[in-house]
Amino acid sequence: MTESQESLSTVKAGRPKHPFAEAPTHWDYAPSLEDRSLARLESRTRLFIDGQWRDTRRRFPTIDPSTEETLAEVALAGPKDVDDAVTAARRALPKWAGLPGGKRAKLLFAVARILQERSREFAVLETLDNGKPIRESRDFDVVMAAQHFFYYAGWADKLDYAVSRAAKAPAPIGVCGQIIPWNFPLLMAAWKLAPALAVGCTCILKPAETTPLTAIRLCEIFQEAGIPPGVVNVVTGAGKTGQTIVQHPDIDKIAFTGSTEVGKEIQRSVAGTRKRLSLELGGKAAHIIFEDAPLDEAVEGIVQGIWFNQGQVCCAGSRLFVQESVEHRVLELLDARMRTIRVGNPLDKNTDLGALNSREQFEKVQQWLAIGEEEGATRRAPEIALPSKGYWCAPTLLEHVTPTMRVAQEEIFGPVLAVLTFRTPDEAIAKANNSLYGLSAGVWTDKGSKVFDTIRRLRAGVVWGNCYNRFDASSPFGGYKESGFGREGGLHGLHPYLASS
Amino acid sequence: MPRNMTDATIHKTFKLYIDGAFPRSESGRTSAIHDPRKKSNGVPLAQVARASRKDLRNAVQGARGAFEGWAGAPAFLRGQILYRMAEMLDHRASSFADALVRYHGATRAAAMREAEASATRLLFYAGCCDKLAQLLGTVNPVVGPYFNFSMPEPTGVVAALPPRMPPLLGLVSCVAPLLVPGNTVVAVVEVEAAPIALDFAEVVATSDVPKGVLQILTGDRAELVPHVATHRDLDGTLLVTDDETERLLVESEASDHVKRGRTIDVGTPARWHADSSRGIEWIEPFVEIKTAWHSMGR
Repeated sequence: MTESQESLSTVKAGRPKHPFAEAPTHWDYAPSLEDRSLARLESRTRLFIDGQWRDTRRRFPTIDPSTEETLAEVALAGPKDVDDAVTAARRALPKWAGLPGGKRAKLLFAVARILQERSREFAVLETLDNGKPIRESRDFDVVMAAQHFFYYAGWADKLDYAVSRAAKAPAPIGVCGQIIPWNFPLLMAAWKLAPALAVGCTCILKPAETTPLTAIRLCEIFQEAGIPPGVVNVVTGAGKTGQTIVQHPDIDKIAFTGSTEVGKEIQRSVAGTRKRLSLELGGKAAHIIFEDAPLDEAVEGIVQGIWFNQGQVCCAGSRLFVQESVEHRVLELLDARMRTIRVGNPLDKNTDLGALNSREQFEKVQQWLAIGEEEGATRRAPEIALPSKGYWCAPTLLEHVTPTMRVAQEEIFGPVLAVLTFRTPDEAIAKANNSLYGLSAGVWTDKGSKVFDTIRRLRAGVVWGNCYNRFDASSPFGGYKESGFGREGGLHGLHPYLASS
Repeated sequence: MPRNMTDATIHKTFKLYIDGAFPRSESGRTSAIHDPRKKSNGVPLAQVARASRKDLRNAVQGARGAFEGWAGAPAFLRGQILYRMAEMLDHRASSFADALVRYHGATRAAAMREAEASATRLLFYAGCCDKLAQLLGTVNPVVGPYFNFSMPEPTGVVAALPPRMPPLLGLVSCVAPLLVPGNTVVAVVEVEAAPIALDFAEVVATSDVPKGVLQILTGDRAELVPHVATHRDLDGTLLVTDDETERLLVESEASDHVKRGRTIDVGTPARWHADSSRGIEWIEPFVEIKTAWHSMGR
């Protein structure tokens, strides 16, 4: 044994064991189930157009992805329904836009307040429809949704201060078609509606077909708060309904959150029409761990980055870049930490990882795992019993991933982390930026100058330094490159809804 | 008095401006520029290079190579360089006016007005560089122990398709706002406007603008626009057009890789003189907002 090897082994032996390293692989907790009946499920849901509830002849089911049970039969909006919604929004526009900002503010504050009052109901409903842990819907989705309405309510009477266009008075862009995904159904509705309504736009919102329930329920709050008929219209359906909205000639602006693939179709479809567009699309975020990072905290960041919301997050930290010198230690810690993640009933307050949202998504994730293994990656996941019904995936690592593999380049949108390594900061930056996406990134180091140098050099719209997956209504969010354009949140989030030159 | 063709006038060939150099088109093609005041096409006033698809590729490559340096340069330095451009243009205003008279048949007074307005426009943007972060950036009062701020960064390599008229002011009005945040630019100018555009390239070349920051290609717009529209290493397009087909082509091809864009109607030459033809809103479409979070505490 050479001297250097000897000293290395001494260091290893002398290092105190991490508490998680000796943790049992399974902790027994008494179940702590949230009350399902709080969701007040209705067996049939309707469209919300011009302040009225509307039945449709055609319907489709929405299921609980943790049990595969049908939760409700949902109204399927056809072209006539979409057209009526657009007409209603157009009719409501002059009066809504013409209201004194302070009046709009009051109404939106009321929306936020009622949502807070009914937060438990919305959390349970969201968890049932989406499959996410009740802890997340309760502490994150609903809380943030209410914060967005509060935040933008306060902008409604301050728009003159919000624009740098000195010569022009701020004016709403008009009628907005807003199409949102299934990963944060209520929160995405709030991200889209709150700024649009604050500036005086009227909206047609289409929630995702697998998670329509909270957006529909939100309409009750709009009614209760006194938002005038036609100002918000919610039409439920799948891609075809979305397409009808995108192609409707009397819509001034399309806002879309979803896959890059669909985003590109929408961009092509609005070309030449003079409709304004904002897109929040996919991502493949680099999460960089430097050797001088606080490793225990960084590992928590990795967990938060990839297993929050079952990894079904456009900004998930799905490409982990660990500096070679700490690779072994980080993986050791991560392995131990993974085994403490509790997968199971989303309504159980102890659950960390719930169900994937749909069979389609479940199958996609399975496919990606197969592709990863074919490409030569090694799969690592704790051996845990998963429920027999529903769509489940244990927290998973792919090791021995190289930058050119598809699992390192393409978005998986599941609880699957690709692990890569680097030697120098320059290499980390080059590898991190080697992506068609540019939504988000993360960096961990105890050296402040290195944090900010890394933030500066990463081509991504949101960069988390020594934290990950933090969000706030006051903080702009959105992508570079093929992750889209336009920002949501903060002052910048008003601009996509204001008319420009 | 406008300078007229005399025996002493040297017949000029205007070449492209790519990566800090003035090459001919690799295709070897040129177009003749004729005296706008003469009906018959006699002896041409000048020849201009007609850029090809490969010239565009070289131009984008030059712009890509210059991006990191220009984007990373201090905003104050970018401002100084734009100010230098304004100085150089202003200093040569009467020579630009001569060219406007000669190649476009402008009156002397109108030509001087355009040259001076172009220098003034550059000056406006020179002063924007080190204001932008404060105009478009924010510190965000997030919940929790985090320091959170948002700042503008350049989109990348942007193509500019300026109007044919006014040839100098139109070009400057399109290109300068793109340079402000640190984008690098490939401008595609129609043959008719080429002599003025390439005179402007000489201003750029002598103003400490790093090579590759701005390229000027001249040629047949109908031939070049499809290549610009489909080029995958362009991150954005500023398109000035009244042609619906061109607009549709550029905007729909942009979806191929989620390219940013702004399309503006050509409007009257007077519109380009108005203050509404400059402003932060000309910069904003080609800026990305980056939000940084940093944990605080302990």
